[in-house]
Amino acid sequence: MKYVDEFRDPELAKTLLAEIERLLPKIKTTSQRPLQIMEFCGGHTHTIFRYGLEQLLPKTIELIHGPGCPVCVLPMGRVDDCIALAERPEVIFTTFGDAMRVPGSRKNLLQAKADGADVRMVYSPLDALELAKKNPDREVIFFALGFETTMPSTALTVLQAAEDNVKNFSLFCNHITTVPTIKAILDSPSMQLDGFVAPGHVSMVVGEEPFHFVANLYKKPIVITGFEPIDILQSLWLLIKQIAEGRCQVENQYARVVATGGNSPGLAAMASVFELRDYFEWRGLGSIDQSGVKMTEAYSHFDAEKKFSMPNLKVADPELCQCGEVLRGAIKPWQCQLFGTACTPETPMGALMVSSEGACAAYYNFGNLQEIMTLKEKSIS
Amino acid sequence: MCLGIPGQVVEIIDAAKHLAKVEISGVRRQISLACIVSDSHPIESCVGDWVLVHVGFAMSVINEDEARKTLELLMELGEAQKELEAMQSSEQN
Ligand code: SF4
Repeated sequence: MKYVDEFRDPELAKTLLAEIERLLPKIKTTSQRPLQIMEFCGGHTHTIFRYGLEQLLPKTIELIHGPGCPVCVLPMGRVDDCIALAERPEVIFTTFGDAMRVPGSRKNLLQAKADGADVRMVYSPLDALELAKKNPDREVIFFALGFETTMPSTALTVLQAAEDNVKNFSLFCNHITTVPTIKAILDSPSMQLDGFVAPGHVSMVVGEEPFHFVANLYKKPIVITGFEPIDILQSLWLLIKQIAEGRCQVENQYARVVATGGNSPGLAAMASVFELRDYFEWRGLGSIDQSGVKMTEAYSHFDAEKKFSMPNLKVADPELCQCGEVLRGAIKPWQCQLFGTACTPETPMGALMVSSEGACAAYYNFGNLQEIMTLKEKSIS
Repeated sequence: MCLGIPGQVVEIIDAAKHLAKVEISGVRRQISLACIVSDSHPIESCVGDWVLVHVGFAMSVINEDEARKTLELLMELGEAQKELEAMQSSEQN
């Protein structure tokens, strides 16, 4: 962790913390329980841990780390599907590096590659399309994953493939959507959230409008937020100010990147290539209505799920793994039995340990590990 | 993948396909500008723009100061190094 004095603007950080401190006693609920604020996005979770923001905040604010890391919520069955596709002899399976180590029920993509499958890491879906053009006798599948942030890029790549009439390119579409997921969290009876730190780069694509229901229907404040530690502090201050003043609105702290209407070329591409699925399965969270997209009929010839048969099995998470509870904010990562012993970033058992944006990996990498393990031992004995 | 990385547009490669060369932390790479061009900001006027690049696509135009601060943050988080490595090791052949 870092000390406030090492922040880029320590004076501003101190002022914000003092303002938060001053406002909190005005909020009645804080006398009974801490305010629970969820940061949805894994990028925010990463910043919070890297800069030790939780330690800087008063005890009457509790940060709940949301499910917004697309690699972490990928169910095991989908990883198994990837491996089944990758093991087909005609296939070159392309993926972002982040997805290589996500555990499937038998193996991960890295192991599949070691066993002879043609798995290649690409930086961009456009690189996968290039690969297809250069290997006309092979089938190139791109493993499309991510929230709305990466959806325009895959949609535009498919549009390009259509324009160039590339026949040996397809997507295994695992994109997931933010808004229905926030709704599912708000509808969950075990959750008592007081406000949301909304994802900055998802908002950059979708704009402010899709978040209005959080304020209007659910009466919770929500602030679109950048990724600097100071951005997060400022958003927390904005949220607490809203709560103290009895307001609930969508505010945009990240206006330097997020336009009110989002990114129109990106949204247009997404609208022609993707449509909502009835439901999508999440690791740890189960099925959430309309929380994923599939490819539209017009582009179904680029849909790997239509082009190839795959096992498409539901696989339960390993019994001891508690990723679901952590994702729902029911337990802290170190309270999982496997944390730091069977499950570490080198040997991840659960998906939250795989990506640097996963809450468990963040705790492991940036938390005070010794202190955490002592807490854990105490809680077990 | 989710945080993106800032870069500066240095040259247009293929205007029809919205492709440009973008310099990201000293690495030059082909990037699509499809998401930032519009009638009021045609592709020819993009040279010199600072942009936030996500998986090969410029997603938003930012100012130079923001680009610098974002890069510093990404360096501290270790994300910039990851992005640059992914860019350089990406297979296209
Ligand atoms: S320690 Fe591992 S198994 Fe346990 S919740 Fe975290 S990622 Fe999942």
